[in-house]
Amino acid sequence: METKNIMIVGVGGQGSLLASKLLGHLLLGQGYDVKVSEVHGMSQRGGSVVTYVRYGDKVASPVIDRGEADYIVSFELLEAARWMGYLKPGGQIVTSTQQIDPMPVITGAARYPENLVEKMRAAGAKVDALDCLALAEQAGSSKATNIVLMGRLSHYFDLPEEAWQRSLEAMVPAKFLELNRKAFELGKNA
Amino acid sequence: MKQLMLGNAAAARGLYEAGVAVVSSYPGTPSTEITEELAKYDEVYSEWAPNEKVAMEVAFGASLAGKRSFCGMKHVGLNVAADPLFTVSYTGVNGGMVIAVADDAGMHSSQNEQDSRHYARSAKLPMLEPSDSGEAYAFAKKAYEISEEFDCPVFLKMCTRVAHSQSIVEPGERVEAGAKPYEKNIAKYVMTPANAIRRHPHVEERMAKLAEYAETSPLNRVEEGRDHGTGIITSSTSYQYVKEVCGDRFPILKLGMVWPLPERKIRDFAASVDRLIVVEELDSFLETYVRELGLAVTGKELFPLLGEFSQNLVAEKLGVPVHTGKALDETIPPRPPAMCAGCPHRGLFYTLSKNKCTVLGDIGCYTLGAAAPLNAIEMTLCMGASVSSVHGYNKALGAESEHKTVAVIGDSTFMHSGMTGLANIAYNQSNSTVIILDNSITGMTGHQQNPTTGFNIKGDPAGKIDLEALCRAMGFSRVRVVDPYDLDACDRAVREELAADEPSVIISRRPCALLKYVRHNAPLRVNTDKCVCCKGCMKIGCPAVSFKDGKARVDETLCVGCGVCAQLCKFGALESTAKEG
Repeated sequence: METKNIMIVGVGGQGSLLASKLLGHLLLGQGYDVKVSEVHGMSQRGGSVVTYVRYGDKVASPVIDRGEADYIVSFELLEAARWMGYLKPGGQIVTSTQQIDPMPVITGAARYPENLVEKMRAAGAKVDALDCLALAEQAGSSKATNIVLMGRLSHYFDLPEEAWQRSLEAMVPAKFLELNRKAFELGKNA
Repeated sequence: MKQLMLGNAAAARGLYEAGVAVVSSYPGTPSTEITEELAKYDEVYSEWAPNEKVAMEVAFGASLAGKRSFCGMKHVGLNVAADPLFTVSYTGVNGGMVIAVADDAGMHSSQNEQDSRHYARSAKLPMLEPSDSGEAYAFAKKAYEISEEFDCPVFLKMCTRVAHSQSIVEPGERVEAGAKPYEKNIAKYVMTPANAIRRHPHVEERMAKLAEYAETSPLNRVEEGRDHGTGIITSSTSYQYVKEVCGDRFPILKLGMVWPLPERKIRDFAASVDRLIVVEELDSFLETYVRELGLAVTGKELFPLLGEFSQNLVAEKLGVPVHTGKALDETIPPRPPAMCAGCPHRGLFYTLSKNKCTVLGDIGCYTLGAAAPLNAIEMTLCMGASVSSVHGYNKALGAESEHKTVAVIGDSTFMHSGMTGLANIAYNQSNSTVIILDNSITGMTGHQQNPTTGFNIKGDPAGKIDLEALCRAMGFSRVRVVDPYDLDACDRAVREELAADEPSVIISRRPCALLKYVRHNAPLRVNTDKCVCCKGCMKIGCPAVSFKDGKARVDETLCVGCGVCAQLCKFGALESTAKEG
């Protein structure tokens, strides 16, 4: 199988590491070769962060380049727009509609662009946009946004529900499992 | 069982299985997790040392005693440890000794992008360079064998994309390495000139033997290709990009040992292809060696000296079709990293900015004090440089700078190499003001303990250095502690210490807001009836405070209720959401 590429983008501290861990566990369990590349350190301090997940028969590079992503999973709208050039023609964006102002917007040096979902669609991208923060809060914690997104992403994968559930169990602390199962369901059925 | 492992965790697993007994490191992105992972194994003694020089000397001491030892650091940390490095190359080892060094091409979290391979050549030591987690695991084990066989420390050279990528590893079991008894050997271990001059020939002989080893070791392998029009010499993550782009089209000489290099293997490979290309990030290290052999080679005239590579970059340079995507035709504002909401450094930097101080900075989260809107820091060089440089700056300019210039340095960085600069101020008497930003943790690298926190690498109680007592013992009579959440107190402390006619230390003390034990206050909320849109609260650059529809707004999911913004609001518009009573 040709290598498939998933990019997870967001703002430092939003929980992308858990999302990539979950995907890594899931895809390894399906017998694929998997590589995941993360960002640590300085860039995590509220900066734009990106995690690459690649799987297939044999994966070489740990990173995803322009025009290669089958999926871009985004925790934040501006970040989806920032990384859109990495989407493969015909690729799918799954994004939360949450907006977090970056420092240049906060200081007034720049403006947060409007109507990004419409603009990305007009530019030819397939965009699945949902309010993951509200769904996570509905599940019991704003911190479960990452699992809402994973639930939504599961729509696009031809994988058995049990496989996702097994990975969720393996990667989430037991005391938060029920909350996260709910978050997954809410994302999936949104 | 097959597992996905971070490159750093895989290296740690390899070191563990090889029987490492003593580990001493200083954290630094992207090397930190090697030591954090090792600390999880109870059979291994692990510690955070105050700096990399200490860590390497601890590892050497353990090796001298006959145990397998390890120290890990980032590329710039190796500069700090360079002093013991060049001479441990002469003494050699007793128990095996492995030194991990992690480069940061692209400077994700570093102040430069130096190429550490030069250290292997100049210190005359072997260097192994894995290209994924599986190799990080295997090479870590192999490094101990080489260390003991050739009587020298061995480098395990990582880079960001190997250290911080996960790929598949199949771990095994730990094998305890038998201790080698320590034997007194003054000629080998006491590097006086008379002894060192007799050790130097051993070093050169060893490198010649290692070069022979490199010829036949499976660490260096030729991968056959269909098209001998081009042959590629590569290593590390560059190898992965080449494989991604070319598959098995061109023959590849994949180097797992990048110093010393196998001359015959390279000559034979060059002879088997029409055009020889070296693909390597940063400097022309391999290429320079190939040129020294008199071979025709293409390298840096094609590939950049700067930054990280990727598959598209390698494809473009090799003339292979490049993937293209369609970026959004829209100005996307950048999202640079920023100090977190509730960061204790913010109030102090606001005070320095307000008082128009000249601020010489250091390495840590607080370097973000240089960013807009605070724009407070004017210099950042390396660990500890703030304290030494403020002394030089003040010696150069005298009283005109002494009353408005400060050094800022974090608690961990102060322990690392700020103390010696402070000793210089005390000894050579400049009227300098040093501010220690004590957030009770090593923050930027992801919360490691240090000598001031009172806990060791495993989180157990440990020795705790008293910063106030230390500074007083050095001769500073003006040492005061302020809470950076209290802007008035910060302002008084900064003004009074700058005005004083003797050197002083201000300790700005409050734990990092991200520490698990730190309890947050209820978030603030803007009373829009009181907000007059003066933007006073915007001066501190808090990511939780923004301006929407002509009024200030607090993001309650980010706000930790530190109250610094409220102190800037003359109209009392920033109110706590905590229920009264």
